[in-house]
Amino acid sequence: MAEIRIDNVSKHFGDFVAVRGSTFTIRDGEFFVMLGPSGCGKTTTLRMVAGLEIPSGGRITLAGEDVTMKRGRERDIAFVFQLFALYPHMNVRQNISFPLRIQGLPRREIRERTEDVARMLQIDHLLASAVGGLSSGDRQRVALGRAIVRRAKAFLMDEPLGALDAEFRELMCEELRLLHNRIGATTVYVTHDQIEAMAMADRVCVMNHAEVLQIGPPLEVYERPATRFVAGFLGSPSMNFLPARGGLPKGAREVDVEGSMIRMPETRAPLETSNAMLGARPEHISISDAGPMRGRVFGIEYMGARQLVTVDTAAGRLKVRTPNNVRVHYGEMVGLEFASERLILFDAATDRAVPSALFSEAVHG
Amino acid sequence: MAEASLIGVTRRFGPITAVDEIDLVVADGEFLVLLGPTGAGKTTTLRLFAGLELPDRGRVEIGGDDVTVLPPSARDVAFVFQQYSLYPHYTVFDNLAFPLRAPGRQLGSDAIKRRVGEIAETLRIAHKLQNRATELSGGEMQRVALGRALVRTPSLFLMDEPLSSLDAKLREELRLELKRIQRDLGATIIFVTHDQLEAMTLADRIGILREGRLVQTGTPQQVYQCPTSVYAAQRLGSPPINLLRLDTEGLPQAPATAARAGVRPEDIAVAAERGREARVLAVERLGGETVALLDLDGQTLHALLDAHVRLEEGATTRIAVRTMEPIWFDHDDRRVGHG
Repeated sequence: MAEIRIDNVSKHFGDFVAVRGSTFTIRDGEFFVMLGPSGCGKTTTLRMVAGLEIPSGGRITLAGEDVTMKRGRERDIAFVFQLFALYPHMNVRQNISFPLRIQGLPRREIRERTEDVARMLQIDHLLASAVGGLSSGDRQRVALGRAIVRRAKAFLMDEPLGALDAEFRELMCEELRLLHNRIGATTVYVTHDQIEAMAMADRVCVMNHAEVLQIGPPLEVYERPATRFVAGFLGSPSMNFLPARGGLPKGAREVDVEGSMIRMPETRAPLETSNAMLGARPEHISISDAGPMRGRVFGIEYMGARQLVTVDTAAGRLKVRTPNNVRVHYGEMVGLEFASERLILFDAATDRAVPSALFSEAVHG
Repeated sequence: MAEASLIGVTRRFGPITAVDEIDLVVADGEFLVLLGPTGAGKTTTLRLFAGLELPDRGRVEIGGDDVTVLPPSARDVAFVFQQYSLYPHYTVFDNLAFPLRAPGRQLGSDAIKRRVGEIAETLRIAHKLQNRATELSGGEMQRVALGRALVRTPSLFLMDEPLSSLDAKLREELRLELKRIQRDLGATIIFVTHDQLEAMTLADRIGILREGRLVQTGTPQQVYQCPTSVYAAQRLGSPPINLLRLDTEGLPQAPATAARAGVRPEDIAVAAERGREARVLAVERLGGETVALLDLDGQTLHALLDAHVRLEEGATTRIAVRTMEPIWFDHDDRRVGHG
């Protein structure tokens, strides 16, 4: 059991609060992603789990054991900084076995474990090769092998794919996830890239300004964000935020957006603030003459399987994702229809989502 | 603005042929994107237009004039690099005004002020005009670099991955701005990138480069839907195109010379009524859509599916090929019928 519990943990650097009273549990075998912009406290949290920083307050337990004050090397964890730096003067076998050799394990055990890992990653035929001549995919596998050969209780990874270009990053996300499915080790992964988080996480933890804002399965957080920040941070292109009129009773089913009445999930609480924001993701708006809002096409971006249409409306510039067979032209006036059951109303004063039927649906609704 | 062409251009560096017999005509007002991996010859091609490289063979024309041996300064082109190259001790205003103050451009200070103001407004850096270049964020610096190229309407803009150092949100925004500016100005732009999304969203036409050769040019739709080779097919689309064996169940009758069938991930359906069972290796719930990695008789393939599709890792599902017309490739990885 390599469950990691973070209990009311905080970290100050002088007057600066890096992490403010975080409490959550990372489950055994879970792929847990900490997501947020730079400076939000995600890396500091990870470093406290690793034992590289000592918390200013609170408690951290690893597999039931209080490790709050223990040094990094007394905790059975593997910290992966830069997944992809290999030792150029060593061959594949030497690279993978390196962590075992510095632990001083018996030679036979080193050989067996190195070969096991190489087989699992399908690079066993390359063990004697120099790393210089490898394809980039095989290099990544060697680096992964070196990280997992220790069989630590948990893997901690800090933006390991940050330096890769988009195409390759996608490939490596998939590979990391497949590897996780095979070995099932508890993994805590820090990134500012929401696509990586969505693609890999069992659960994602969104942070901003030293605070944990929401924890949940990626799709859950994507569809039922607790705050406007979370809503805007997940998804590319971002959710559209339309200025709306507040002052709504509990049970409201539509909202006034710049004079257009837009239907939305029934609210479960009143919204007293006079200003609100209606959140609509690009895939929840479609182009239809019958829609309640009109706007002028500002941009059309072809993306292969789909296209992204940017439309200027009274409620601002909106991004609309449509199938690629929908014909639109620059400068054309179009109607916009909304997937009403998916819209989210935010209180403009607190930036919190107003409770609605969408949030009380079954989690996997 | 003007047309620009390479006619039979070759450029070698020692034993390496960086650009190999390229013929390319970029029309007046066209946004052409050169796409390819590192080492395909994209940047060298761009530098040949700029005059930063001279061809070993062939001719370079801009606006109908032969400029093959002209130095960069005599070509009336503006170059934007990946790394912003601003004058650090100048203000944003002076950086933007610099190209307008060059000797030979008899612009009055009022005209310069007006022009710089317009460009700054367009790029949303008007509030930063009095800041020094070193006081800007990376995104702002790159906007100033773009602004400096846009401020004097040259015949041709050459851009070498100008957005790649920016974060995702800013890149998205600038992509749209750049496209609008190009449309408004009627500018001719040659833009180099290895990012397929950037290529598809910006280009009027994409040129696919491979080892110094131009292997296909066409609109993004043409290259995506009708790639002439496996190589071109793999350059566009995320997740990438699936290449299936001909005996894969559910494929229509293959032409005699076909060796593999290219099927885009959006044309793979799961939970089909009939079809072969595939094992679900991984499911990525990306929010607006789902990507699944499937194992079908030892072939791994990607499917692009709805956000809420019911699919569990480790389970099996029947899959079907939705398209009646896969892209057939022959034994030489060329599209059948494109000899």
